[in-house]
Amino acid sequence: MDLKLKIWRQKNSSDQGQIVDYDIKGVSPDMSFLEMLDVLNTELIEKGDDPVAFDHDCREGICGMCSLQINGKPHGPDAAITTCQLHMRKFNDGDTIYIEPFRSRAFPVVKDLVVDRSAFDRIQHAGGYISVNTSGNTQDANAIPVNKDNADHAFDAATCIGCGACVAACKNASAMLFVSAKVSQYALLPQGQVERKKRAEQMVAQMDAEGFGACTNTGACSAECPKEISLTNIARLNREFLNSKFN
Amino acid sequence: MSWFSSTFSSSIGRKFAMALSALFLVFFLLMHLTTNMLSVFSANAFNEASHFMGTNPVVQFLLQPVLIAAVVFHFVMGFILEAKNKAARPVKYAKKDTGNATWISQNMIYSGLVILAFLVLHFIDFWVPEMNYKYIEQLPAVTDRYYGELVHKFQNPVRVVAYVIAFVLLSLHLLHGFQSSLQSSGINNKFTPGIKKFTEIYAIAIPLGFVLIAIYHFINH
Ligand code: HEM
Ligand code: SF4
Ligand code: FES
Repeated sequence: MDLKLKIWRQKNSSDQGQIVDYDIKGVSPDMSFLEMLDVLNTELIEKGDDPVAFDHDCREGICGMCSLQINGKPHGPDAAITTCQLHMRKFNDGDTIYIEPFRSRAFPVVKDLVVDRSAFDRIQHAGGYISVNTSGNTQDANAIPVNKDNADHAFDAATCIGCGACVAACKNASAMLFVSAKVSQYALLPQGQVERKKRAEQMVAQMDAEGFGACTNTGACSAECPKEISLTNIARLNREFLNSKFN
Repeated sequence: MSWFSSTFSSSIGRKFAMALSALFLVFFLLMHLTTNMLSVFSANAFNEASHFMGTNPVVQFLLQPVLIAAVVFHFVMGFILEAKNKAARPVKYAKKDTGNATWISQNMIYSGLVILAFLVLHFIDFWVPEMNYKYIEQLPAVTDRYYGELVHKFQNPVRVVAYVIAFVLLSLHLLHGFQSSLQSSGINNKFTPGIKKFTEIYAIAIPLGFVLIAIYHFINH
């Protein structure tokens, strides 16, 4: 199939950037979206042009590295997948496709479609961990009884791959879904109790310092999340934070 | 940073304060509707209730200032959140697909602005004349004047139409806002689907009540 691509091109973080039109012909419906971009880049390189920079790593839907706002939606039109798992059969011959970077003050554009998501790493460093002594006498985690419901919810929260689609989808570029998943996975497990208050407090403080917006509870994030992280986690984050302040 | 500022200048703390002020207003609407409802059933009962509210010191010097503070806090915080949230995405998307998120949940500021415009009108209509009557001109207390004043206001079709529009927007504001304020306060559990139904019924029934009363007086007099 033949497609018209409207791709955000930006030389570097200080460049203004603009949408550039590309025509691409003979795209196979079995290609992944990233493979389609690979084909475009091969053509650009052959012509001596600068290829389009975009993020990717595993191409298996597990690392969270691929991004892209495709026709206004993070990871494109399909539900519960990452861009590397999106296939061209979701599009029709002759379609125009907008391809833009994830937009947020906290995710500055590095080049073209590549954004710097290290704000998420800094939020993790602020409290998204448990402190254990790995001296060789560490208690076997499987020996600690955990309520089945809590284990399931913690596991669901832990499936977040830190891709940033929630931020890209939110009208406020809020990172609440991501932070709520990271806080929830520990709040529900015995190992997370010791640093529970500090964790919620510090991760929220870092989230705000990075310049993400507040949550208006529109639900756009959860709908676009490749791991379908639920909004109940955001309520839990609110509880954890308020508890750390008022208890 | 002090405890207070690290709590209430945080995004979650701000939304919690927003939710508390909103829940207070949501509750106030029920009180207000109950008083107004009296005007449909009995002019006397309405006059008595209005006179009580207008002269009782607890209502006048405690509840009324708290209410005004809650309204002002709510819309000022609404503007602050809106500005901060806009600033979190300085470069807009060329193409945006808002997916499943409802229009109203993404545009609370616009429904809020219509309600604010209505509140200004409402103040000029009822509150300013009351303050003038009681505290500036200090006219003698007439206990049965309220019903007549109310009915007179609703003879003007322009005012009735403005009321209807404002309450439609209030209903939309609450359809998203009421359940949102619970989520902002950290409440989301197995009862939430049921509670959500309740908030939706409330968000439609309460504004509808105000509208029906206005139309009733317009038609009946
Ligand atoms: C009787 C009047 C009003 C009632 C009962 C009311 C109720 C509510 C409720 C329940 C919420 C949800 C709070 C939350 O999500 O935590 C809300 C949010 C909001 N209200 Fe109001 N409201 C009223 C008037 C106004 C006015 C006059 C404005 C002025 C602009 C306004 C602007 C907003 C905004 C912007 C939000 C969304 C905040 C956010 O989630 O980011 N509201 N309101
Ligand atoms: S919550 Fe979902 S959308 Fe957000 S970073 Fe995690 S996996 Fe990605
Ligand atoms: S490249 Fe790893 S999830 Fe897409």
